[in-house]
Amino acid sequence: MREIRTALLEADVNFHVVKEFTEAAKARAVGQEVLGSLTPGQAVVKIVHEEMVRILGGATVRLALAPNPPTVVMMVGLQGSGKTTTAAKIARQFVADGRRVSLVAADTQRPAAIDQLAVLAGQAGCAFYGTTPGDDPVRVAEEGVRRGSTQLADVVIVDTAGRLQIDEPLMDELGRMRETLRPKEILFVADGMTGQEAVNVARRFDERIGLTGIVLTKMDGDARGGAALSIRAVTGKPIVYIGTGEKLDGIEPFHPERIASRILGMGDVLTLIEKAGQAVSQEEAVALARKIKGDGLTLEDFRDQIRKVRSMGSVSELLGMIPGVSRLAKGMVPDVDDRELAKVTAIVDSMTPAERRNPAILNGSRRARVARGSGTTPADVNRLLKQFGEARKMMKTLTAGRFARRLAGGGR
Amino acid sequence: MRGGIVSRWRESLRKTSDLVAARIDRVLLGEARVDESALEDLEDRLIQADVGVRTSAELVEIVRLGVARGEIENGESARRAMVRAVEGLVKGSSSAGAHIDAPLQGPPHVIVFAGVNGVGKTTTIAKVGARYRAQGRRVLLAAGDTFRAGAVDQLAVWAERIGADIVKQGAGADSASVAFDAVQAARARGADVLLVDTAGRLHTKTNLMEEIKKVVRVIGKALPGAPHEVLLVLDATTGQNGLVQAREFHSTIGLTGLVLTKLDGTAKGGIVIQIARDLGLPVRYVGTGEGLDDLEPFDAASYAEALFGGS
Repeated sequence: MREIRTALLEADVNFHVVKEFTEAAKARAVGQEVLGSLTPGQAVVKIVHEEMVRILGGATVRLALAPNPPTVVMMVGLQGSGKTTTAAKIARQFVADGRRVSLVAADTQRPAAIDQLAVLAGQAGCAFYGTTPGDDPVRVAEEGVRRGSTQLADVVIVDTAGRLQIDEPLMDELGRMRETLRPKEILFVADGMTGQEAVNVARRFDERIGLTGIVLTKMDGDARGGAALSIRAVTGKPIVYIGTGEKLDGIEPFHPERIASRILGMGDVLTLIEKAGQAVSQEEAVALARKIKGDGLTLEDFRDQIRKVRSMGSVSELLGMIPGVSRLAKGMVPDVDDRELAKVTAIVDSMTPAERRNPAILNGSRRARVARGSGTTPADVNRLLKQFGEARKMMKTLTAGRFARRLAGGGR
Repeated sequence: MRGGIVSRWRESLRKTSDLVAARIDRVLLGEARVDESALEDLEDRLIQADVGVRTSAELVEIVRLGVARGEIENGESARRAMVRAVEGLVKGSSSAGAHIDAPLQGPPHVIVFAGVNGVGKTTTIAKVGARYRAQGRRVLLAAGDTFRAGAVDQLAVWAERIGADIVKQGAGADSASVAFDAVQAARARGADVLLVDTAGRLHTKTNLMEEIKKVVRVIGKALPGAPHEVLLVLDATTGQNGLVQAREFHSTIGLTGLVLTKLDGTAKGGIVIQIARDLGLPVRYVGTGEGLDDLEPFDAASYAEALFGGS
């Protein structure tokens, strides 16, 4: 349990939340029979994981439309949490569903915030309403919703200025805006890298304005996202989306079980599988995941995957979803730019099938032949083989469950 | 059922939080004897300030030793020992002068601002620029964030407000080319200080990290010895990931210091203690609001005091 506590704290789960949580999980774990093949340590991790999923909300939640359009959505949060970008991402999703959407720039404070939202509205393919800097945000929002309504918009998303939860006048302003607009949704946008303060900020926003949902942004980095658990625990409100990039398609539904794994440092193998599934068939994806987990990764798989990787995202991004790899990924993966990918493909293509399956047989003269055949140098071939060997070794160790093993050794 | 769990939880969380705060205040501000439970409370408090599990334990160990040696008897002396330890760490190992009042290099004295998205780079540049303007310096801003919609306009608005020149290109331009132009312009126009904005980027994006590396390299080519400072802007609400950010940016572009923003909230920004401890990077400035005056040179002693002062 001490290991769990440290893991959660390092993942930025709030201190008090950790305390309550480990006690609850401990109470559940004590006296439970250890199932089948699990070690006691693994069993504890399993219980903790389940408990976490339960707190995080069990199932994936979607934004619902109001019975009487337009559905008004207000975006609130601290400065720099990603409200404006998220507003445009959500708008784009509704547009893709065939809805009429309008974005309203009620952030009249930050220089050029209005321009930024106007540009993003253009990219998202939706209507936009904004006035001039310094205008009263509540009136701008009211007018924006009124116009959206006359233009028969299905959804009106109101972007507000970032503010501190302890800034009373600005929090009052949000309260007034809520009274005026009567929004269907008030989404709290929080930076996924937030530390211990997530609790205080979310609690205050919820108490003052009454949130309906949460969006966790910047989750495409390597932060473990413990803020998710903290915010969920103090507000009880569902996490609706996670933001995963600066572009407008960087938004995903929230999957409690994946975030639970991520917070625990178990990696995001499910997301990896889904991501791969977009480029390859589900079967292939599962097979890949199984191969990565075992020792069965051959150079052939390596090449096949690299060919598909371009449509999937970068190699390091994929590897980052595997437990513990993210930090090591840099050294062990060939450089991920397109030129390097082409080189790797050429080298593997120049090998015989037998060589690809068993790189150990590649002696000096075979390597020289491969280098000639692929238009590279023997040094390039050597480097690839070395990286591949390390990658394979790393995969094997890591997927054996570093975290679970450490726990099993230490007991609880 | 689920709602029941969560609300029950919320209630008990609130209680714990009140309880712990009260207990710590009693220990740290009073004459109470420092016992093991007081030390644990102290460690908890550090963890809650985002100082991190490992560093918090180390700091508490200092007090524990002091108690064992009889140097620390009550809460007040424990607090003083703690403040000293934190102060020693955050001063950093390379804190040789370089802040707003330090002599300028160049000209132009080139400062690059880097960081992940939404930490307040552009606003910080405006504030730093305003301070230099107040000293009568000629300031040039380089609009190197060519990615985010509105970023160039935002910086242009600030440039006008503080009376600085700005070098910009169209949206989507190469930021290294903007930086190069800006150095040339700064030399031609005799600017004292050149402040280079960059797009926010997550440290895990290899291609974007390569891009910022190029920005710094190009500046060095345009003006040997530049940039004179490379500052990582860090949001005080950032948790443990801040250390990873600092490490990645440091190994890519060689940071000279940190700017800790949004310290006007309730976040303590304790991650800078870990960064100072592991990487020896000092904090140069702290941002305390949205106004142009809301920037202060970092003072290690008062930061450490604030960490253990009121909650």
